[in-house]
Amino acid sequence: MTAEMAISVRGLTKRFGPRTVVDRFDMDVPRGAIYGFLGPNGSGKTTTIRMMCGLLTPDGGSGTCLGHDILTQSQQIKEQVGYMTQRFSLYEDLTIRENLDFIARMFRMKDRKARVDAALADLGLADRAGQLAGTLSGGWKQRLSLASCMLHDPQLLLLDEPTAGVDPKARRDFWDEIRRLAARGVTVLVSTHYMDEAVQCDFIAYIAYGKKLISGPARDIPGMIGLTTWQVEGPDIGALEAALRQTPGVEQVARFGAVLHVSGTDAAALARVAAEQSALGTHQWHEQKGGLEEAFIYLMAGASDNFSEGE
Amino acid sequence: MAFSFARFGAVLFKEFVQMRRDRVTFAMMIGIPIMQLFLFGFAINSDPKHLPTLVEMADQGPVTRAVLMGMQTSDYFDFQGVVTSAEEGDRALRNGSANFVVVIPPGFERDVMRGLAPDLLLSADASDPSAAGAAVAALSGIVSGAISQSLTGAVAAKVPTPPPFSVTVHKQFNPEGRTATNIVPGLLGVILSMTMVMITAVAIVRETEKGTMEALIATPVRPLEVMLGKITPYILVGYVQTIVFLLAARVVFDVPFIGAPLALFVGFNLYIVVNLALGFLVSTVARSQMQAMQLAFFTILPSILLSGFMFPFAGMPGWAQTLGTGIPATHFLRITRKVMLKGAGLADIGGDLLAIGIITLVIVAVALKRYRQTLD
Repeated sequence: MTAEMAISVRGLTKRFGPRTVVDRFDMDVPRGAIYGFLGPNGSGKTTTIRMMCGLLTPDGGSGTCLGHDILTQSQQIKEQVGYMTQRFSLYEDLTIRENLDFIARMFRMKDRKARVDAALADLGLADRAGQLAGTLSGGWKQRLSLASCMLHDPQLLLLDEPTAGVDPKARRDFWDEIRRLAARGVTVLVSTHYMDEAVQCDFIAYIAYGKKLISGPARDIPGMIGLTTWQVEGPDIGALEAALRQTPGVEQVARFGAVLHVSGTDAAALARVAAEQSALGTHQWHEQKGGLEEAFIYLMAGASDNFSEGE
Repeated sequence: MAFSFARFGAVLFKEFVQMRRDRVTFAMMIGIPIMQLFLFGFAINSDPKHLPTLVEMADQGPVTRAVLMGMQTSDYFDFQGVVTSAEEGDRALRNGSANFVVVIPPGFERDVMRGLAPDLLLSADASDPSAAGAAVAALSGIVSGAISQSLTGAVAAKVPTPPPFSVTVHKQFNPEGRTATNIVPGLLGVILSMTMVMITAVAIVRETEKGTMEALIATPVRPLEVMLGKITPYILVGYVQTIVFLLAARVVFDVPFIGAPLALFVGFNLYIVVNLALGFLVSTVARSQMQAMQLAFFTILPSILLSGFMFPFAGMPGWAQTLGTGIPATHFLRITRKVMLKGAGLADIGGDLLAIGIITLVIVAVALKRYRQTLD
């Protein structure tokens, strides 16, 4: 199995003091996949990523990254992994070229100058190479970070919330770039809390409060949760929303503009509610295929906050 | 995998580029030592003179006048006026308008003539002992000298020679008792420690605080490569500071340098290393640049207070001396004073070098243990 898996970890656990930040985490990332790592802020995504690339020693569990043991072979893992941190982590007081050149030296690359030049040309920053990195805009900083992670041609790219605080256009461009890299055979593990980015991934793992709630191919996730969703349209939708929240059988009501998505795991119960409501004739009810969005809202609401225990 | 000189060189080069861009810090590294040298060198004087003095004269005559004249010409005492009562003198001492009140008792001259050794009272404001000490110590010599000079001829023969014995003080190494001669070599230790510890700590913590350390350790770079690469540029800064300092000591303060230059060279290299290691240790504890500054400052205070720079080492209680022995500045201070003022060579400072060496090993061991390659 391991040969096809870029990352394969079992039972990863990390404690900071009394808090268990990551709790018995299992994950398999197939080679060449775009793997979305979802969860709210502070759910342990960054800690998990750091453990998987050998930056952080887990308190429990084991696993491999690109065939190397994450406990003992972090040096080999580092040579083959590109890790893009959540914060801009290049030197703001160095120029763009100096930053790339420094990273190239850290990986002891041959023909360093040619590769830095190529990266600058790819970025379209060749004529601004002498500019200080700190003077770049947010979108450019993020592109430069990605370029510096890719400089040594890693087989695995770990991106920790790469698009946080970046404008929508830059986000779209960034995802185009990620798909291009994946098409070249690079495995990409990307953490995010944007639903619209999750949709772009081949696989998804959802983590909340240190525990993995679900993982699998993106299109299977709604089915795995077993959520039935009805779409409701009509006048005075706000009053209906409030009423439905009190109705047995309805587990979740999410509003998308003038439309309500009413969901529940008990399909029969929900169908009865829909039938009763449709009979009134004020609103139109349509059953629809459950999407990722409803699935994640459902997961979020169900996850217990185990960080608050014992505090 | 072994140490990579290529990566070490890359970190080193990057550090120089950053140092060059950070003009304010760079100016501080050179400017602060010079400023401190001039401040300390010119301002601190542990042998103060011209202290304001009042006199209460219950007796007037040639001997009394000779005593007062002797005190005035000694430069320690500066007579500001006459008081007529003990209360007036006490008031002046209390409100600080005078440091001393000299009381000449009634019949002073007559008693001197008769050889009765009358009391001459010197009331001193000893709330600052070091300000009063030197003048008090000088007083009896001044007075006896003045009396013997003022008595001539037949009178002189009748008076017993005042002191049955005499003390000869031989001031070695610093015959004029100039404070600058003592302060300036010691100051080198304090300034090197101040800038080295602080700048190293801040330079490293800055990487953690700005998030660049996280990306740095995600690369294959080894801890030792980062540590040496970041520290080496500051060794050169330490060299520049030392050279500027020694030049100023020579040209401005006329401090002698009579020992072996090689001994000082070895000593300050070791001292720079220990301070950089200390800065590195601070950086592994501090979470922000602010904390690093505060911690670094905290390590500097003992270097000033317990090393023998400000106060005589031998005068401290045993436990304080033990603490002081663990401070690198204590040993470097001895090295500079021995070499510059007493003409010591390498052999004479062996013990001090060994002490700094041991301290260095301990600090480096702790620092490397704390700086792990992982983030936890």
